Order: sequence, then C-alpha cells, then structure tokens
Amino acid sequence: MTAFPLKIVTPDGVRFDGQVEELIVRTTTGDMGILANHTNCVAPLGMGRATVLADGQKRYGACIGGMVSVIDGAVSLVPTTFEWAEDIDVARAERSYERAQKVLEAKSAPEADIRLAQARLYRAMVRKSVASTK
Amino acid sequence: MATVSTKEIKTRIRSMESTKQITRAMEMVATSKLRHAQTQVVASRPYFEILLETIGGIVSSNADVKSPYLDARPVKRTAYVVMAGDRGLAGGYNSNLFKRYQETAANQETVVLPVGRKAMDFFTARQIPVLPGAAEAGTLSVGDCFSMAKRLCRDYCAGEFDEVYVVYTRFVSVLSQMPQTLRLLPLTPEKTEETRQEMLYEPDCEAVLEAIIPEYLGGVLYGALCESRASEQAARRTAMNAATQNAEEMIDALSLKFNQARQASITQEITEIVAGS
Repeated sequence: MTAFPLKIVTPDGVRFDGQVEELIVRTTTGDMGILANHTNCVAPLGMGRATVLADGQKRYGACIGGMVSVIDGAVSLVPTTFEWAEDIDVARAERSYERAQKVLEAKSAPEADIRLAQARLYRAMVRKSVASTK
Repeated sequence: MATVSTKEIKTRIRSMESTKQITRAMEMVATSKLRHAQTQVVASRPYFEILLETIGGIVSSNADVKSPYLDARPVKRTAYVVMAGDRGLAGGYNSNLFKRYQETAANQETVVLPVGRKAMDFFTARQIPVLPGAAEAGTLSVGDCFSMAKRLCRDYCAGEFDEVYVVYTRFVSVLSQMPQTLRLLPLTPEKTEETRQEMLYEPDCEAVLEAIIPEYLGGVLYGALCESRASEQAARRTAMNAATQNAEEMIDALSLKFNQARQASITQEITEIVAGS
C-alpha cells in the first residue's frame, strides 16, 4: 500500500512522526478513514479510538479532541490528548470512571459538574476500551 | 579599631553564610526546574503552530466565513489573562509583568483572569474585577488551560467582554525574558493573497472553526504558561545567582574586618603587657 506522512502533535509534544498506510480517526461526525492521496481536508475530532496502520502493523491510540487535517498529502493529527494503547494508565482511567459515575448517580451536583463528569466518564471509557484492544 | 568586637563580626559572617547557602540552594532548584520548563516550551510549540496555520488557511481561503470569533466589535470591556508566578524572589519577574499590564490596560474597563498566586494577590489588592477559578501557575495542566479557554470563549460569545488578551513573559533566553501582550480574540489571522487549493471541511467550515478556535486558545494559553514558567525559573536563577555572589563578597569583606579586629586586639594586649612590666 502507498504510504503517506503522518504527524501526531499534542500540546505535550510530538507523539508520532513517520510514514503510515492508513489512519482511522473518530471525528465529530463519525469515523473517518484516510488513505494516501486523500483530498485536502480538515475535520474536528471527537473522542475515540485512532487506528494507525504503519508497515502492515496496526497501532491503536486513545485520541480526544482537536482536529485532523490533510494538506498536500501530509496528514496532521492535532488532538488535545493522545495516548498509545500501551501507554494508557488503565488504573487511572478506572478510578476516573468510578468517580464520574458516582457524581452522575448522585444527581445532586450542579449542571456544570454533571457535564464535566459526563465528559470524564466518556474519556475514561475510550481509554479503557482502547487499552483492552491489543 | 578594637571597638568593633570580633564576636559581633563573627555572628554576621555566620548569618551571611547561611543566607548564601539558602540562595545557592534556590539557584540550584531553579536551574533544574528551568531545564524541565524549557523542554515543555519546545514540546508545546508545534501544536499551536499547526492550529494557527489551519485557522489561517480557513480564513484566507473563504472570505465569507461567519464566526463571532473573527468579527471585531466595539470594545466596551476587555478581558486579560495575566500569568504571573506563585512566589516572589524572582527578581523583577512579577513586577515587570504587572507593569506591562498597567501600561496596556490603562483607561480600559477590564476584567482579569489571574494565573498564579502573585497575580491573584495583585488584582484583589487593587480591587480589579477577577474571573473565578484561577489556580496556581505551578500546578496548572493542559486540561486546566483548555477549560479556561472554553470559559473565555463562552463568555466572549455571550458578550461579557469584547476582547481577550493574554499577558505573559516570553522566554527569550536564560538571561532575557520579555513581558508580552498577545491578543487572543477576536482572531485576525493574516490574510494571504495567494488563493489556496480546494479544501474539504467536514461537516462545514463554520463548524470546524467553532470546534478548533477553543482548542487553539487552549493551546496558546498552555504555550504562554510554559513560557511564563520557564521565564520565572530563569529570572529566579539569575536573581539567586546575584544574591549568592553578593553574599560571597560580603563575607570576604567581613572576614577581612574580622582579621583586622583580631590583630588589633592582640597588638593592644601586647602593648599593655609591655607597658605594665
């Protein structure tokens, strides 16, 4: 398969920089697959699993927020946070999941807290599911 | 000469020595923190460079984009995000920053989002309206910056204020840090003359801008925070280095005085013995 350059950049630094054959990311409107020679495009990212196919090997990452852009064949993935499946702190995600669930079950928290808890719950779910797909 | 008691000088030398130890320790701590902060600065740069490039691309390729973030409106109230340190003893780091703020914000109706304990104290003491939720600069994470940016965007769209600036200290080098003001909103990316190629916006370009601009602001705030933190450590290191040197000079001068006083008292004693016999 034809390869194309991919850069994954987060505020904490560059997470990936190299040639890949395929990239699948979750945008706000659903999953989007990118192959070589994709047309120029920009899309904001949702929360979900990112799949990178490099040298015939699939790698998974938890990819949250930000955007993906294709300009002249070069793909930049600029998420707010990005963790490769093997780097995910599962225990931390588990704790965050439980904490968020408690807030949501109590139903007494102010609306802003509930929104935060929902976002946290969702992030934790994404991380947990990505960590479990090897 | 002998009127200055040797004991007095000795106590002063000892106190200088312990001061020197403290300033040297602080210098060392600042140096190691500075190294960490510098790597963060370098790591955070590409992120918002790419975001700015994309936003610039959207704005320059289609002139008819409508977004509240891009429209300048008459300014009634201005919001400032002021990033200072949590602690003093960093030379002119904090005061230079506040001076910068006072220069730019003179005769304006302002509301401030202070970052860092020093900034908080400064604005509450002057009774300038503050936005809630400002935390310590040292422990602020990327996530905190993003929620800060989201709140700024929300309030900006709601019309709470009509401009957003960030005041931070740019890390030029270890020896030089510049307080700086940067406008965040409304956004005016440079319009390039050359028309770019066709671009596919998913779902459409307004929605893309809507989603990207808060992200971009969060990225910029985080970048500014990293720069400020590095500047703070560099300023503290320089200040503490100077303090250590001053202490050394003072100890040298005092030791000289101590030796003279000691010699004088011995001479006097001998004279007394000789005179007595």
